[in-house]
Amino acid sequence: MSLVSIQHPLASSAEQIRVLDASARVRKPFARALADSELFPLRATGIRVFQINVGKLCNQTCLHCHVDAGPDRSEIMTRETAELCIEALSGTRIPVVDITGGAPELNPNFRWLVERARGLGRHVMDRCNLTVLLLPSQSGLAEFLARNEVEVICSLPYFLGEQTDAQRGAGVFERSIQALRKLNALGYGRAGAGLRLNLVYNPVGAFLPPSQAAAEADFKRELGRRYGIEFNSLYTITNMPISRFLEFLLRSGNYERYMEKLANSYNPVAAVGVMCRDTLSVGWDGVLYDCDFNQMLDIPVAGGAHIRDFRPDLLSRRLIVTGEHCYGCTAGGGSSCGGATA
Amino acid sequence: MAGYYHQEDLAHFPDVGKNAPELWRKFSEWYAAVFAEGALSEREKSLIALAVAHAVQCPYCIDAYTQACLEKGSNPEQMTEALHVASAIRGGASLVHGVQMRNAAAKVSL
Repeated sequence: MSLVSIQHPLASSAEQIRVLDASARVRKPFARALADSELFPLRATGIRVFQINVGKLCNQTCLHCHVDAGPDRSEIMTRETAELCIEALSGTRIPVVDITGGAPELNPNFRWLVERARGLGRHVMDRCNLTVLLLPSQSGLAEFLARNEVEVICSLPYFLGEQTDAQRGAGVFERSIQALRKLNALGYGRAGAGLRLNLVYNPVGAFLPPSQAAAEADFKRELGRRYGIEFNSLYTITNMPISRFLEFLLRSGNYERYMEKLANSYNPVAAVGVMCRDTLSVGWDGVLYDCDFNQMLDIPVAGGAHIRDFRPDLLSRRLIVTGEHCYGCTAGGGSSCGGATA
Repeated sequence: MAGYYHQEDLAHFPDVGKNAPELWRKFSEWYAAVFAEGALSEREKSLIALAVAHAVQCPYCIDAYTQACLEKGSNPEQMTEALHVASAIRGGASLVHGVQMRNAAAKVSL
């Protein structure tokens, strides 16, 4: 169940920010950590990735989801807004289009968006929960992705069922393995096929991810040995202390320790490489954000902007809006939609 | 002794160095070097540390290395097997002294 559907106080972004800001009173505020490493105020270096969040609808309800996505969520990008995205893109040379959700494939305009972005010659990435590939309503989806040479980035928090199902729901691991086999059969993740299949590791609990290189080696060995599955790269992503994961942290009594761990693990090198510096995030309703996490906290780009008023010249050197949750991207090896940053 | 160990006390571990700073510095450097990636991976070293933590029954070490094992990518199955290794050595170490018991009994027996 999403936090929204049970009317949980943390469904409100204002309440999440209130909780996070309170923790800034007992440890170094994130802005000061940035200032100490001469990165404040944080500024964009350009726009390399145009990330489109096409909505909160999902066929899963994962316990750590920063979107609070689920089958009960109805926020979804319309064709009109998707057209504005393509129009905005067409006037730029932004090389990468990253489509996320929810389960982005459940948006009725998903395939249209992919085809148009590919038509503009852009590299397209689909953030896929794997199980969506097996839904009867999505027949031919994997083949569509392969035909359009879409890079598929799949969530798989562990190479064992117990951990994966604990985070993503009963039976998800088994279906994820089926979906990965389907992608492998199409050439995804196979050497020389040119179809990139990357996996995303999120810790199944209140701890930081392992070294990306070490985890990738473990996943390659274990998924190969146990299931005959191949993939290209593993991205380790730290769980962001917002939305459902924040609810878990507070409910389980792990919140203070986790925030302390994130703050104590602040890595200036990871801070230099945070994704917001070369990413622009578009919300389902067309509002622009510095990243998908700010989007879920309803913190738009400085001054506020909508895709219909897209100004790449200004946005590519904008000041980034930060908050206490940003420690999630700068801890240890760093964390981004493309994995570790340090 | 209920409440003798407190989770938050681990953060005060460096206070132990206050009356012998040079020894603490040497210990800290050596400790960091021991757990760095080497012939064994950091993940393997954390599993060994977890097993030893249980053998010496240090609550701080159990807490710290449970977290460390998870952060290095180990799973509860691997961590439990590590504990069994420690327990087997502890149990075996007792049991193998049965040889001494048998020697002593043989010496005084007809």
